[in-house]
Amino acid sequence: MPEGKAKKSGAVMVLGGGIAGIQTTLDLADLGYYVYLVEKKASIGGVMARLDKTFPTNDCSL
Amino acid sequence: MVEAGRSPNIEILTSARLENLDGKPGRFTAIVHQEPRFIDDDKCTACGTCTMYCPMPVVDLFNERLDITRAPHIDYAQAVPTSYYIDARACLRINYETCNLCAQTCTAQAIDFSQKPRKLNLDIGAVVLAPGFGRIDPSVLKKYGYGRFHNVVTSMEFERLTCASGPTEGHVVRLSDREPLKKIAFLQCVGSRDEICGNGYCSSVCCMYAIKEASVAKEHDPDLEVVLFFMDIRTQGKGFDAARERAEEKYGLRVIRARIPRVDQVDGRLALTWTTDDGKSCSELFDMVVLSEGLSAPKDAEAIAEIAGIELNHYGFCKTCVDSPLVASRKGVYVAGAFQGPKDIPESVTQASGVAAMVSELLSEARNTQTVTLSYPEEDKAIESEGPRIGVFVCHCGSNIAGVVDINAVRDYAGTLPDVVFCRDTLYSCSQDALKGIASKIKGNRLNRVVIAACSPRTHEPLFQETLKSIGLNPALIEMANIRDQCSWVHSQEPEAATEKAKEIVRMAVAKARLLEPLEQTTVDVSPTALVIGGGAAGMTAALCIADQGFECLLVERSDKLGGNLRRLVWTMDGGEASEVLDNLIKRVDGHPLVCVMLEAQVEDVSGYVGNFTSSIVKAGQPVVVDHGVIVIATGGREYSPTSYQYGVNKRVVTQLELEKSLASGKGILKNIKNVVMIQCVGSRGEDMRHCSRLCCTQAIKNALKLKGIKPDIRIYCLYRDMRTYGFSEDLFKEARKRGVIFIRYEPDRRPEVIERDGRIKVRVFDRLLKDEIDISACLVVLSVGITPGANDVLANVLKAPLTPEGFFLEAHVKLRPVELASEGIYVCGLAHGPKPLDESIAQAKAAAAKAAIPLAKGKAQVASIVSRVDKAACIGCGICESLCPFNAIRLFRVNKRRKAETITASCKGCGICASHCPTLAISMGGFTDEAIMAQIHAFAGERCV
Repeated sequence: MPEGKAKKSGAVMVLGGGIAGIQTTLDLADLGYYVYLVEKKASIGGVMARLDKTFPTNDCSL
Repeated sequence: MVEAGRSPNIEILTSARLENLDGKPGRFTAIVHQEPRFIDDDKCTACGTCTMYCPMPVVDLFNERLDITRAPHIDYAQAVPTSYYIDARACLRINYETCNLCAQTCTAQAIDFSQKPRKLNLDIGAVVLAPGFGRIDPSVLKKYGYGRFHNVVTSMEFERLTCASGPTEGHVVRLSDREPLKKIAFLQCVGSRDEICGNGYCSSVCCMYAIKEASVAKEHDPDLEVVLFFMDIRTQGKGFDAARERAEEKYGLRVIRARIPRVDQVDGRLALTWTTDDGKSCSELFDMVVLSEGLSAPKDAEAIAEIAGIELNHYGFCKTCVDSPLVASRKGVYVAGAFQGPKDIPESVTQASGVAAMVSELLSEARNTQTVTLSYPEEDKAIESEGPRIGVFVCHCGSNIAGVVDINAVRDYAGTLPDVVFCRDTLYSCSQDALKGIASKIKGNRLNRVVIAACSPRTHEPLFQETLKSIGLNPALIEMANIRDQCSWVHSQEPEAATEKAKEIVRMAVAKARLLEPLEQTTVDVSPTALVIGGGAAGMTAALCIADQGFECLLVERSDKLGGNLRRLVWTMDGGEASEVLDNLIKRVDGHPLVCVMLEAQVEDVSGYVGNFTSSIVKAGQPVVVDHGVIVIATGGREYSPTSYQYGVNKRVVTQLELEKSLASGKGILKNIKNVVMIQCVGSRGEDMRHCSRLCCTQAIKNALKLKGIKPDIRIYCLYRDMRTYGFSEDLFKEARKRGVIFIRYEPDRRPEVIERDGRIKVRVFDRLLKDEIDISACLVVLSVGITPGANDVLANVLKAPLTPEGFFLEAHVKLRPVELASEGIYVCGLAHGPKPLDESIAQAKAAAAKAAIPLAKGKAQVASIVSRVDKAACIGCGICESLCPFNAIRLFRVNKRRKAETITASCKGCGICASHCPTLAISMGGFTDEAIMAQIHAFAGERCV
């Protein structure tokens, strides 16, 4: 943990656990930061988790 | 998603909201309020018993209220966290202190009614807002009969109806009587491009999802008749036009250009009435009407804005500007995804990575200060090299497997198999307690191969591998037998047969486990420099972003100055000066100590793999050799040069960029000009290039408005196919109509003509309303020419990178990996990836910079353990494997004048294509050797045949 007030924190808060929030979180963790992913629902995934398939490849969205 | 749930450096706080944000960039304190789940995530095994026993039905919001679930439930089977939760509003125990059935039936003892809401104080350096979008207000849907007529559904409801795990298990039926459908209509722009409801913008995604939903519906029932009602078809995404054309043709989708004002019910069917653009009035009956609802600002946008201290735009989305699309109005607060403006998945994912890069720029000095790295005991090679001592653990999964399969019988059978020295059944193998138990049994019995007979390796294998690693065993020494999906689920009605099949699957797993070998876990050092190819807006942004994160960057530009196409642009889409953006970028690049610029230089040769590339860059005839860890391609694109419409013949026919340039140099060009005709899709969408160039519609309108601003009485005609002013650009389109710009739609088979007679120019176009050709006299014809890829094939060849049929670089996955190429360590951004406006290029450049910085920040690249290995003695050097490898992970080299193949393990993804095509079986896959798979097959067939 960094000490002293002047130093920057190495943790980040991401608000929203949809596809954008999750991707940001994963990239930040990969870049060396601790991430709090704050989601208002009981599970992450957002709208994309509710899509059956995605255009144009019709891949499963999960 | 699963990855996010597993990382030790990601803490997922569900049922949580931000309450306060204090502090400054680099040092914020956030207060987060979290509601209890009433089920302990660590103990919950997601068996579903609580849902089964709960007497309280609740409407299933996940399934768009089309289904019923119970107070304790999980939103969907693959949810993360993989834990159930209790809907506090419905629970009898929480509200009335009665019932408690779930707690009594939960064998994992995960139900915990003592949980209370909690407040968390988080010390953070930056905030990223990604709350997504909100739903269209129901009052808007009402005018289409939604709520009154059963068979008028929203697109989101339709999405759940087509989903196999949805309320009708994927059968598309009429909701009124659950009968199959015969004819269905999709109405576009519901709650979008609609002044009355206040959403003047285009939602940017509905055209695509309507086509997808229509295609999926046709796949379910080929006899279904599908009609789509569009105003403009806005499939401007990369490859989307081609996909749309394929869908229209393959599924015979009927497309009608009309906006339906209302829906009526006639004899139980739904009546739609519309007027075509040639003035005809039509009416037809449908069984179902799907409303393609747009994206609204999130319902809690104002609350978020107030707490986070940021500004919203006039539609309630987060306010940003063209040259910094990911920055909210408060320093240290960033935005990504639909909250920044309605957008599709690829753009959201791009922005998400881009925003990670921006946070990383801000906090680079604090990198790795708060992360944890897991450490493991050293591998016990002695035990691993002993003869196989196999342990089999058979999982009940509560009643999920044990309800059908006779677990004791399977366990006892496993004990009779060769080399099995230990077997045990476990209630929930994946629970924390059980994992500890498994670890101690492995140690206590000196087991060196483990078979877990439970569920899918896709979701759970990493967990068990982790357990092995934690006690010093190689994670490759585990084999899973999926007796849940393949036995208890699919044969739930035949318990005896399911049990027999479970035994067979376990027998096969044991046969394979006997031949499992430890796989080497290697890492390679990363050379901490990035190579960025192309010095335009995207390339400069990417280079600066990588450098601002603390890594050296070499920026190579072919021409004699930086700037690329941005030099030719005069105004940005929001009317700002493009030169300011350009000057600012060049100034920062020139002054940055970590960016090294090479002008008039070209990349001639690249070898190596992620972390260790070596390139030869030629400058003034002299090759310079550089080592670098990653590559960003930002080679840009070119303005299409037309050969039609008298371009180059008549000097009064110009392109949009040429118009901008002359407007910027003075108003002289407008002298004596009364009529201007703009022609859209010159070169794009079929003539010379198949793709849509994405930005020309907005560019034309931007320039039309500039002209109107300088000379209000000027007459402007815009001849178009579909006006693709997606997102907030729709405001400009509306403004142009208000200012009197006349828009005339043409069909691709009746393109406009430019005719010159007696020194005067006329544009001839077919007017659909008059049903006749009209001649518009024009003082100036402005062609909206598209964007062609640059000479990408040369660089693609050097990098062995694939291109799209149009000649742009092909990303690894159009939706989920929009800036990565299939070969690791190579990224793409800007026009080299596809046509896009400046703000999207900048976001994409940031995204590429984030991805490129990941290996640099890690310093080491982890090599996947399941890789291919070539037996040099058996290899005949035919090269089939090299030509088929999608990751460039196989190279050929010469040994004593003979060609031999070799795997570049750092690049290998373990897909197995090479091994399956090798004519001499010289290639084997770690973890999936031919011997092990043959043993598995023999174990299956052997006992059966005898």
